[in-house]
Amino acid sequence: MIYEVFRQERKGQPFQHAGSVEAADDHFADVYAREQYGRRGESTALWIVPRSAVMEIHEFVDELNRNYHRVDGYPLKEKLKEARERAGTAAPSGDS
Amino acid sequence: MNEQEQQLLLEIADDELILGWRDSEWTGIAPLLEEDVAFSSIAQNEIGHARALYELVARERGITADELAFDRAPEDYLCAQIVELRLLDWAQTIARHYLYEEADAIRLERLKQSTDSEIAGLAAKIDREEAYHRMHAQMWHERLQDEPRYVSALNELRPLLEQRGEHTSELGQLLEEMTMVRRSQPSGTKW
Repeated sequence: MIYEVFRQERKGQPFQHAGSVEAADDHFADVYAREQYGRRGESTALWIVPRSAVMEIHEFVDELNRNYHRVDGYPLKEKLKEARERAGTAAPSGDS
Repeated sequence: MNEQEQQLLLEIADDELILGWRDSEWTGIAPLLEEDVAFSSIAQNEIGHARALYELVARERGITADELAFDRAPEDYLCAQIVELRLLDWAQTIARHYLYEEADAIRLERLKQSTDSEIAGLAAKIDREEAYHRMHAQMWHERLQDEPRYVSALNELRPLLEQRGEHTSELGQLLEEMTMVRRSQPSGTKW
């Protein structure tokens, strides 16, 4: 079984994905995760989660193309360029 | 430190050095990668414990830890026969690991009570690492305890825990191998 291991570097900090271990069961996962992610004082705590317990989402459907919901929704650069052309002013120097 | 204390420390140091070497023979060929990392690390810890113990005795005798570890004749080593054997069978290796850790825990507990604060302090330090070894040994023991091969390995190896003084022929071969570089390149081992 594969277990995903998350570690907390210092108290109060968010847990971050550290890597994974392959282990026969929870007990082995505990020992191997300690060995690989906790024995050199690099972590204050570990979360050890069976990979099968992790819900994964890969597709984010945007059927109606509502790109204004996204941070990259507005191609501002293009719009600025168009506006400058209409106004007849060149882009400020240094702006490329 | 009296002679009896020195002998006891040497006995433990020899056990740890020889077992560390034998366990390290699994590096690269353990049953799975995670185990390879874990068991190699345990092997390295044991050699580290041996080094610390040799240093205490060496200081008393005005020599170096290396001289104690590598320059004695095979018959002068005080290790038990159980650590000497080359066991390239995982069930046997785990059986030895489990038996050794059980016995070592009792010995360390006594050493922690030593009136010599330096010895007691070192024993406590070693014991903190051994706690992880025991956890690892216990986990494998629980997994294999109903396997006939493992059970017979436990029965075969258990009496060897108490066999000290006389050595198996495997110790001589092992020391030969361990000290090969030291003997061939003396200038590289002293400065």
